[in-house]
Amino acid sequence: MSDFSNLEIGSELPVIQKQFTRSQLVAYALASGDMNPIHQDEGIAKSVGLPDVIAHGMLTMGCAIQVVTDWIGDPTAVLDYSVRMTRPVVVPAGEVGVPVTFSGKIGAINGDGTIRVDLSAVFADQTVLGQAKAVVRLPQ
Amino acid sequence: MNHEMIGHAYPASEPYLVTVAKIQAFADAIGDNNPIYRDEEYAKSLGHTSVCAPPTFPIVATMSAMEKSFHDPALNMDYSRIVHSDQRFEYRRPIRVGDELVVVTVIEEIKALGTNDIATFRTEVTSKGEPVVTGWSKLVVRGADS
Repeated sequence: MSDFSNLEIGSELPVIQKQFTRSQLVAYALASGDMNPIHQDEGIAKSVGLPDVIAHGMLTMGCAIQVVTDWIGDPTAVLDYSVRMTRPVVVPAGEVGVPVTFSGKIGAINGDGTIRVDLSAVFADQTVLGQAKAVVRLPQ
Repeated sequence: MNHEMIGHAYPASEPYLVTVAKIQAFADAIGDNNPIYRDEEYAKSLGHTSVCAPPTFPIVATMSAMEKSFHDPALNMDYSRIVHSDQRFEYRRPIRVGDELVVVTVIEEIKALGTNDIATFRTEVTSKGEPVVTGWSKLVVRGADS
């Protein structure tokens, strides 16, 4: 159980690392309904100028918030969540996949029992999300 | 894109029924093993009436609703040149099993930036008339020479 009693601006939440694989992109396409072939077919991805198949930006967004929801426990405590998708996560063929690291720190402690968590997602030493932040209600 | 479409609201989408299977498949796909997405008893122990959905689950309903508007000839949007650049969700209450999500898509803003257009689609999601979540999706529509 996380301790929410002594939070400070700048406090870091536990880091999460995930491995993005082609089979996960297939699973995400099916679960989300986003069948855009740039997330499946490297020929099509390259034809539009991408280096290879890229992950859905919404998959990256869905993973980043797990930094908050793993920490807070009840994901419905997230009141507002926004990201800018600044760079793609390039996923090569094969089942090894590529690592993406997600982290978060407390950006604001509000007077109404909520906090703002500023999130980061890093792939190949570069951030892939910008201005990623969530407003979260703390347990009473 | 046709900038005169700013403010236009599209007709409400067909209801999207939320099931445990859909929530669990989505949670599996994002690699999230939180039991609230699978176990009704666990969800009830947190004070919820049933299994709840992950924060980005609403995209399942909002994206397909927006896609219908992308093909509206009056909007004059080149669907092959879209990049999804920003996403926001403001939650009113948890999405849970049994919800029937209905989406109204509104063209909130279209701005020209060089040869690109940047369009913000607001998606108002309700279930049985009750507000659930509002989404904002910003899309860059690349111009022909970019």
